[in-house]
Amino acid sequence: MHGELKEVYKPMSSEPTQVDSTSANPSSVDHFVQQQYRYGFVTDIESETVPPGLDEDVIRWISARKEEPQWLLDWRLEAYHHWLKMSPPDWAHLKIKPIDFQAISYFSAPKSDKDRPKSLDEVDPKLLETYEKLGVPLHERARLAGVVAVDVVFDSVSLGTTFREELKKAGVIFCSFSEAVHDYPDLVKQYLGTVVPSRDNFFAALNSAVFSDGSFVFIPKGVRCPMELSTYFRINAADTGQFERTLIIAEERSHVSYLEGCTAPMRDQNQLHAAVVELVAMDDANIKYSTVQNWYPGDENGVGGIYNFVTKRGDCRGDRSRISWTQVETGSAITWKYPSCILRGDSSVGEFYSVALTNNYQQADTGTKMIHIGRNTRSKIIAKGISAGHGQNAYRGLVRITKNAENARNYTQCDSMLIGKNCGAHTFPYIEVSNPSAKVEHEATTSRIGEDQLFYCLQRGISEEDAVSMIVDGFCKQVFRELPMEFAVEAKALLEVSLEGAVG
Amino acid sequence: MLEIKNLHVTVGGKAILKGLDFSIEAGQVHAIMGPNGSGKSTLGNVIAGREGYEVTQGEVLYKGKNLLELAPEVRACEGIFMAFQYPVEIPGVNNTYFLRAALNAQRKYRGEPELDSMEFLKLVREKLKILHINDDLLHRAVNEGFSGGEKKRNEIFQMAVLEPVLAILDETDSGLDIDALRLVAEGVNRLRSDDRAMIVITHYQRLLDHIVPDKVHVLADGKIVARGGAELALKLEEQGYTWLEQGGIQSLGAELRA
Repeated sequence: MHGELKEVYKPMSSEPTQVDSTSANPSSVDHFVQQQYRYGFVTDIESETVPPGLDEDVIRWISARKEEPQWLLDWRLEAYHHWLKMSPPDWAHLKIKPIDFQAISYFSAPKSDKDRPKSLDEVDPKLLETYEKLGVPLHERARLAGVVAVDVVFDSVSLGTTFREELKKAGVIFCSFSEAVHDYPDLVKQYLGTVVPSRDNFFAALNSAVFSDGSFVFIPKGVRCPMELSTYFRINAADTGQFERTLIIAEERSHVSYLEGCTAPMRDQNQLHAAVVELVAMDDANIKYSTVQNWYPGDENGVGGIYNFVTKRGDCRGDRSRISWTQVETGSAITWKYPSCILRGDSSVGEFYSVALTNNYQQADTGTKMIHIGRNTRSKIIAKGISAGHGQNAYRGLVRITKNAENARNYTQCDSMLIGKNCGAHTFPYIEVSNPSAKVEHEATTSRIGEDQLFYCLQRGISEEDAVSMIVDGFCKQVFRELPMEFAVEAKALLEVSLEGAVG
Repeated sequence: MLEIKNLHVTVGGKAILKGLDFSIEAGQVHAIMGPNGSGKSTLGNVIAGREGYEVTQGEVLYKGKNLLELAPEVRACEGIFMAFQYPVEIPGVNNTYFLRAALNAQRKYRGEPELDSMEFLKLVREKLKILHINDDLLHRAVNEGFSGGEKKRNEIFQMAVLEPVLAILDETDSGLDIDALRLVAEGVNRLRSDDRAMIVITHYQRLLDHIVPDKVHVLADGKIVARGGAELALKLEEQGYTWLEQGGIQSLGAELRA
């Protein structure tokens, strides 16, 4: 029952492979792929929202409202004018209905923004209740753990930041992007757009023009961030695009682990999300970026759900720097996302660990890019795709070894699991090698949860639900163990929820 | 303990078992022998409750109850264990974790307290000692990368931990060299007990040199065609299954006839 196809690529070869679900599968697993979205509710808070549509005035309005300096407005406008000349990418293995960018509202904030709460005690209880429902007991978590600082983004404006003081003592800056623009304009100006240029791609350009808020992290030289940093994103107001912008700078010999996780309320209309995340790692710096993404995936007929077009990129600018992406993607109707590493510094290391699950009519085209520029650079890619229902799951990965990247190494492992007979798994590896000393390895497997594995578990007395959960969990183990402990538990739970609460 | 009456089973519309009668009591070990395609593995799968096997006629009573209406995991919890001919690999799932989940599921079913990891480890060490199995198997994923011998030993090890009432050993000898076979057979013999029944399904007599059965049943074309003691297996080995087809059964005498 283990269909295995193993490919070891020679330099310069880049043939895409595809595996489609064809043969019949036991009906016994079918009901596992029927699952209601647990976090479907809408918080009734009056929002201040600009009317749908995008033009220069909207951008000026956003920038003015956020009291931004002129240079940032100019930067937005430059991005906007470039965006007008671009068209949405069509190369992904995704079926997307054309998006009407003029039907989207580009700014929304809870009405109480002017007198923003100073602490969690001042936060609208209804909002806190929302987080409770989402399983994000903010104050509880903060009080109990004492290790996780939470910068909450509700719609487009940051509401509260905890542990700021403790982080300040260590010299760490962790604040909303808007605050950073006011309080650390030089840092923002120095780094903004240096990893993902405003013209990088259609969605990055759009984000650059209209980004609302996000997180800013700066870890000074030699500092090991004393706690895991975490942000919870949510989308709430209907038809409101969400354009987060995150910038993390790790100076020489510094160390930071950043967690990002989110859920969204149930909506009928597709919502656009186009975030940009930029990471910069200087000499000997280490950035670990973990994501659990659980946005509303649409219903079982493929109606609704978030369109998630994200540009995430890390720049290993310094020698011996390391950037590690770990993602667990279970939500969104459409996921278009390739967290990447530019391995510029000598002996720098890039890693990508991914679990992507598509159920019902979800589609994901996700993977990574590892661009080897420095000498002795290493990259590792572990991608696990799980397809159920009518889900379509594509891995798309680029490994590029440039001319001067002596002794570059890449290892790619790309595994797909199919649950049911209507789903698909696709693998598109691109390998470009311009230096003969490179060693590039690619392995791919496709397996199916079948009668055999399930029956084996049942015959030992394990229930069907527990069996599916156990098998899927085992499949994802290599990725889960890269997540911070607390997040790993959450990720595992999410996967179970997404495949019908398999673990009781 | 187990009583099968006039069992007819089809697989994918094709009749495989055609009126099989069989029974076994606690404390006994019965061998079911027969040529390829005679329905041996089908019998095991029907008892264990695998999907895709349609019972069209007959009944299966286990501890006096209708076994066929129980879900496979309930049968397991009621003490039915199958040592698989081809144990599947479950990548990333630790062997010990798997077995503890199984044991605790069964204990829960019986209303017994679940074992914590320390208690479980203690139990596992005892069983390993009895079976002379290296604890290396415990740290690996379920059957992943196991040799044929290791897979079969792992099955017997699971059987030792789960302590079934009725164990079915489906072609446990297949793919084993003589040393591995002896090890597995020794394990099985240590697990023989007065309150446990075992059904040993095999094509070859050689396993029965090591696991001596109380009774041998010969299955051909979906029916038991002969029953006898351990000596029947020897006779079969000597004569081959073609001898059956040529009416050799008659020569064994009326008392052996089904």
